[in-house]
This record gives sequence, C-alpha cells and structure tokens, in this order.
Amino acid sequence: MEYLVAQPFIAALLALVTLALAFGALLGFASVAFETEGNPIAEQINAIMPQTQCGQCGYPGCRPYAEAIAQGEAINKCPPGGETVIKQLADLLDVEPMPLDAEHGQEKPKSYAYIREDECIGCTKCIQACPVDAIVGAAKHMHTVVISECTGCDLCVEPCPVDCIDLLPFPATLQTWSWELPSPPQNLIASDRERAA
Amino acid sequence: MRKTFSIPGGIHPPENKLQSLGRKIRSAGLPPRLVLPLAQHIGAPAEPVVAVGDRVLKGQLIGRASGFVSVPCHAPTSGEVVAIGKHRVPHPSAMEAACITLAPDGLDEWIPHAGAGDYRQLDKSTLLQLIRDAGIAGMGGAGFPTAVKLATDKPIEYLIINGTECEPYITADDALMRERADDIVQGVAILRHLVAPANTLIGIEDNKPQALDAMTRAAAGSGIEVVTFPTRYPSGGERQLIQILTGKEVPSGGLPAAVGVVMQNVGTAYAVYRAIGHGEPLLSRITTVTGDAVADRGNFEVLLGTPVQHLMTLCGLRASAVARLIMGGPMMGFTLESAEVPIVKTTNCLLAASRREVPAPAPPQACIRCGMCAQACPASLLPQQLYWFAQGKEYDKLEQHHLFDCIECGCCSYVCPSNIPLVQYYRASKATITTMKRDAVKSEHARERFEARQQRIEREQAEKEARRKARSSKAGAPNQGSGSTDKAAAVEAAVARAAAKKAAADPAADAIARAQSARQSPPPAGGSQTAIAKLEQRLAAAEAKLQLVRDQGGDKVEAFANSVKVLQDKLTAARAQAVAGAPPAADAGQETAGRNGPAQPDGANAETPAPEPRDPAQAAIARAQAARSGNAGPVSAAQQAERLRQRLDKARERYDQARSSGNDQVEAFAAAVSKLEQQLQRLAAAPTVEPGDAAATNTPATVEQPIAQLEQRLLAARTILARAIAEDSPERAACQLAVDSLERELQEARPHPDG
Repeated sequence: MEYLVAQPFIAALLALVTLALAFGALLGFASVAFETEGNPIAEQINAIMPQTQCGQCGYPGCRPYAEAIAQGEAINKCPPGGETVIKQLADLLDVEPMPLDAEHGQEKPKSYAYIREDECIGCTKCIQACPVDAIVGAAKHMHTVVISECTGCDLCVEPCPVDCIDLLPFPATLQTWSWELPSPPQNLIASDRERAA
Repeated sequence: MRKTFSIPGGIHPPENKLQSLGRKIRSAGLPPRLVLPLAQHIGAPAEPVVAVGDRVLKGQLIGRASGFVSVPCHAPTSGEVVAIGKHRVPHPSAMEAACITLAPDGLDEWIPHAGAGDYRQLDKSTLLQLIRDAGIAGMGGAGFPTAVKLATDKPIEYLIINGTECEPYITADDALMRERADDIVQGVAILRHLVAPANTLIGIEDNKPQALDAMTRAAAGSGIEVVTFPTRYPSGGERQLIQILTGKEVPSGGLPAAVGVVMQNVGTAYAVYRAIGHGEPLLSRITTVTGDAVADRGNFEVLLGTPVQHLMTLCGLRASAVARLIMGGPMMGFTLESAEVPIVKTTNCLLAASRREVPAPAPPQACIRCGMCAQACPASLLPQQLYWFAQGKEYDKLEQHHLFDCIECGCCSYVCPSNIPLVQYYRASKATITTMKRDAVKSEHARERFEARQQRIEREQAEKEARRKARSSKAGAPNQGSGSTDKAAAVEAAVARAAAKKAAADPAADAIARAQSARQSPPPAGGSQTAIAKLEQRLAAAEAKLQLVRDQGGDKVEAFANSVKVLQDKLTAARAQAVAGAPPAADAGQETAGRNGPAQPDGANAETPAPEPRDPAQAAIARAQAARSGNAGPVSAAQQAERLRQRLDKARERYDQARSSGNDQVEAFAAAVSKLEQQLQRLAAAPTVEPGDAAATNTPATVEQPIAQLEQRLLAARTILARAIAEDSPERAACQLAVDSLERELQEARPHPDG
C-alpha cells in the first residue's frame, strides 16, 4: 500500500486496468445475457407492412421484404400499403419518402376475393395458394372465401382453372364512410398564384 | 344559488331561437308512410322481427336489439309493414341503410300497455331492462343507448340533466321544458333512483327564462336543483356542461363516469318517464322546424319515421327559397341531400335555411396564424396546429395534439378569418386514423394467420420426410438380408418414384418452370412443352410404379398398366399438338427440359435428394411475379391482353386434357375458356393503340382472330355434339347448349356490315 502511495503512476495504472477489466466483464456479460433475437428493425418494419403476403414486392411475403428493407432495399415496392406505408417507413428509417414503384403495381382500393360458387369445381388450387388460409372447402366440393380473413392479395385468382374468382372492392357502408379532406385552399392573390405556377 | 364555472373558448353566434318559439308544440300528424331505420342510435343496428305484410299495432316491437350496445325499434302507429330493405337515411353520406317501411292504417291502435307502477319498488336491473326495451337512445343528438349509459357501477356524485340546447335555431328542448316540465322532473326522479347520485342538477342556459321558470317550479321540493348559467356556444356539450356545473374536467379519452358524473338530455328524461310511467316505448320526439324558407316555424311532436318532406309540406316550405336543408343545427348539423329521409330518434331540428342564413362558404385562404381558433376552442386544443398536421397527414402528431378530444363543435371554423373549414380537416383525419387502426388490427391478424400456416406447412413437410425415411429404411432392411437383385431394382424404382413424385408434386418448381416457359416462348409452344414434360414425368412415375407392382405380383397390375397406357396416349396427343401448333422455340424447350431434367427418374439421378420443399403460397407468388415481371410501368391494355392470352392458353390446355381423359368437368373448363376468350375480345375491342407497344403488333388481328377462334370452336363443339347424339350420351343437352352459345357469340363477334 505504501508502495502504491509512493508510486502514483503505478497506482493510477493499476486502478484504470482494474476498472477496464471490471467494465469489460460487465459489457461482455450484458452482450450475452441481453442479446436481441432477430433484427429489431426488421420487426418494426414488418409491423408497418400491410401483411397481405401478396408478393408484389418481389419477395415471398411481407417479412422477407421487411428484412430486405432492413438491409437497404427500396421502401417503395409495396402497392397494397401504398403511400401510407411508404410514408411510415420513411419516418421510421429516416429516409426521404418516394413515390410507389410502378413496376410492382399500383395502389388499389381494398378488396376481397369472391368465388362464384356455382362455377367452382372444387379443385382446391386456390386453397393451396391462399397465404392466410382464408378459403374453405374440400376436393370436389364448393369453396368459399371467408371475407373477414381475406387480405385481397389476388394470389388465388391465377391458379383457378375455371376462372371463377373475382376481386371485389369492399362496398361502402355507413360504418366505413368518412368525411373527405377538403381540397387545399386556392391562392386567391395573383402574385401567389404566379409564384406557385 | 350554485356556483358555476367557466369553460375555455366558446363563441356567441346569433341565436335565432325566437322564430320557432311563437307557438306551442303541435302534432305533425300521420304521414302516408313511415320509414324506420334499424340503426337510429350508436351501436349495432336492430334486427327486424316482422315480415312484409304483417299488421303491427302502435308500440309493437318491430326491430330487436342485437347486442349490448343496441336498442330496439317500435312501430310508431298501427298499420302494415310494406317493405323491409334499403332506404335513404339521415346521414351526411346520403347513403342507404336497412329500414322498415310502415303504411299507417289511420286507426292508431295501441298494443296493450301499462306503466310499471311504483318504480321505487323495482330493482335497478328491471328498470334498466324497461328503459332498454322502450328503445330509448340519447335524444340530444348522439343517440347513445340510454340504458347502457345508466348501467354504470361507479359511484356517481352528479346526475346532470342537460337542458342547455346551446346551438342556434334549435328550441325543441326549450319547448319541451316549458310545456312538460312536470313529466321531465318525474323522469329525472326515475333516473335519480337508478343512478343514486349525491346531487341532481338540471342545467339550463340563461337565454331560456320561461323554461327555467317552469322547471324550477316543477322541481321545487324534489331535491333536484335547477342551475342556470350564461349563454355561450358550446356549453351544451357533455364535457363542457360538466365543467360548467361541477368544475371537473373529464379526462382525455375517458367517460364522464370517470369523474363521477352521468348526463342525460331533458328529452331522454321525458322519454324515460313515458316508458316507466305509462309503458310507452319511444315512438315520437319533439323536432324544431325552422329557417327562413318555411312559412310556419315551430316545434312539432313527430312520429319517428316521418319523412322530412311531410314536415316540410306541413310547414309551408318555399322550395325556391331553400339554399340548404340541414338536419340538426347550423353548427353541427349536416346537409340533407334528399327530403325523403325520415325523422329519427336523434333529429332535434330541421333547418330549411335560405341563402341569406347560410351563405355559400367563402373561399378558404391561407392560415395567417392569428390564433383566434385556439382562443375559441372549448377543448383547449390548438386548431391551427391540427390543421397543419392534417394537411401534411402527420397522423402521429395529430394524435399527440389530442385530435380525438375535438368535439367538432365548429367554433374554430366560425372564428377563422381565413374561412378555413377546419372541422372538415379534423373529421377527415379522425376517420383516416380510425381506419388505419382498424387496418393495423386486421394486418396483425393476417400476419398471425400467415405465420401459423407457415408453421403448419413446415411441420407437415417434416412429418412427410420422416415417414419417407421410415419407409425407405423399412424397404432397405429386407433388401440387405436377401440380397436379391429383383428387390434391389424395386427399391431403386421406389426411390426414383419418390423423387419423381416429389418433383411433380412440388408446385413451386412446377410453377417456375411454367412461368419461365410462358415468358420465354410463344405461349402455345411453351404451354404444350411444359405439358409434355409434365406428362413425361408422370408417365415415368407410372411406369416405375407398374414395374414395382409387377415384381411384387400385386393384384392391381392391370389398373397400373391402364394408367400407363392413358398417360402414353395423352403424351402422344400432346406431342402431336405441339407439332401442329406454332413452331416451338428451341431455347424454351431446352429450358423446360433442363428444368425438369433432374426430376427424370433415370438411374443416375435416383440418389439425388428431392428438391427442397416449398410451400404453395410461395409458388403462387412466384407465378404472380412471373406474370407481372413483363409489365414495367402501369399495366397497359396490351400487357393485360398478353396475360389474358397466357391464361387462355393454359385454360385451353386444361380443357383439352380434361376432354381427352374424359373428365366429368369438361363443361366447366370449356366455360372457363370461353369466358377468357370473351375477356380477351373485350380488351381487344377497346380502342387502345399505344405506339411502340406490344399492342401495336397485336391489334390488327383483333377482330379476325376471335372470330376465327370462335369458328374453330364452334366446329369442334358441333363434332362433339354429333358424337354425343350418335352415342345418345347424357351430355347431349349440355353440348347443344354449348353449340348454341357459341353460335350466339360468333354472331355478336362478327362485324355488322350495316353497323
């Protein structure tokens, strides 16, 4: 002890080394004990995704696309999510929002699949294609879509051999009706108009 | 005198109440039709319990409450149910909703009814049930089921009866309080018995001295306190009135019960008295008819379901003078698109306003950040901030700025010097946020289902793999024991079969191959190539199976041989078709062959591990992608046509297959083919010629092509029909039908020379 008092340099060195070892051990322990599973960013992105699982983005489902976005993929490839999702993603990732990539489709009103039941031959192809198990039916028996579960992804339309599936937009009801945002104010002052134009 | 408190903000618009207070409440009489919407309240619509043609008596139940937050609906007079269905309802959307239409018989014959006697002897749940059965929903304007509101189990300090009626023009509650004060007070006594509050207050603005007098006299000695306070809009709002009378603020997002308050409208108290005291369900209400465009303004006792038109005629409406017909007041009401809509439980006022009263809104100008809206806001919000966020669609910030505490009273729009319709922005934003939340719940649900499905598929695949392993090890064990070459061959064949089966059953690989061939080659050639490849696979598998069965000497050799034969026939047919069709693109053929090569069960590949199992949804995605990959940019008509053509080719192929194998669903396939052709024709008929597009090369043939196709099909159909007639087959009628429809189609498709 007296030696250390006499040698402040060594004492300081010793103290710092001890501290470094202690904190190093603590950090090492924390990195093992509190390790996050998966990619938390991808989780957050996936929570924004519309979960239609339609694959229009080019990835087999919403989660793979979310993971790709976390790895730097463009955020404008989701037509079902449209502008809203792009905006939310831009906010989350702190990037500039961009218009929807037309290559992957256009934003359409929310719709659901409807099987014209008297034309259905019971081939079960649509049941296999449905990503959310929203189609019920058995081989050689009529199938039908559980509308409350349908995401409107249109993956069932193409496999149907007799082409009896339609995608119908949700009808407007009193419950879903809403006021519309007023059109933005016009520029009444001539000089404002000129500047805007 | 009770101390009252002040609320922030508020405005003093011209009251315009005197016009409709000149006369006493009159009856609006019996209209020729009564239209009763099944949803006149907040909550689930009632379910009709009568049928068209039924005779109903006055007060009879015609719609049953469906759910907890719901109220029933009764016949306002005796008569016949003439319709149950969609009818225009009073709603800002001017949409239609389920209604029961009644044709009154003029007898006004009651069902037997009687009051409940001494309500003090009844327990709370019985009283609540009586109120619920009487169909009472908040009469102040919101229409929340009264029984639900009263069924609170929190200790209540204040029962407040709202006689404020702060909105300009409306005098329905004022008239009711002047003329039926005693009945209201009796209703309040019933509510008081139910809620058991420490204090019961009736709040009336000081611009209604006669109503105040009448109510004070009626309430004298009952322990009910009538409180008056200075007039200001919107002191009649629930939260505002609570603040004025008690000084308490209802927390954001909370209910009045959270601060120990229950509030009911005077009209509701009156309806409760009629229900408990006389056993009468809610059949009519007091409605103010006012505005410069009607000659005879006043308050009317109106049967629910009376069309607005009837009241307007009664009051001498000058149609030329009406600028807008408003249901509710000028601040919070909405414009009616049609006078056919009925009066409902919440209709307190009809305002037939002239152009002078409601001038067309001035054009909105830029927000100058004057802050007048913030001073006028009774909910202490920042309207101008909300306006900016609503314009920028910043929904998070809107919520952070408590958009949902906005009561949509319209004070901010009223004071705005730039004439910005602020409330419209808040209403639209609220709706969008609500929709987004609903969608978020739905997408979360979809995600869970998708993941559950994914797990199930993985599990099934693992089980299948395990079973396969178990089988192969079982087959392998005796093989090692005997060492017979026959057995070894059988095992090899089995492994090959498994591999082939896997390849054939793997929809993903199949889909990829199909999509690629469809993309890279002219559709007919690609289609038949894929078909041939698929058939070859199936044939190989079938042959292997047959070999196995022969070796083991099973009794089903014949069946297997038969299936091999059928497949061989099909393959020959398909090859012939491929040759007859367009010259197959060599690269596409190779591509397809290359794709399917490893799946061929020849000896070298027998040990190849089965392709990694993928789930059919991914296959569908792959297919959809392949179909989409062709169309860069918005889907043009040409691309649509291309896609349709691909689908058509596939459908034809399926149809041919079905026909050659004698499938019983030939008809369905034929229908699909013809439908697709029609679609294609429609598309081709649309005049869309885009320069430099693929469409340009296709359009010249658009008219002749479908006709030629139709002719071919007609020919084929006629042959089938002839055969069917010759064989006297049961499908004769169906074939005849098909031929007929084809002939018709052809007729339509041919260009009309007389045009």
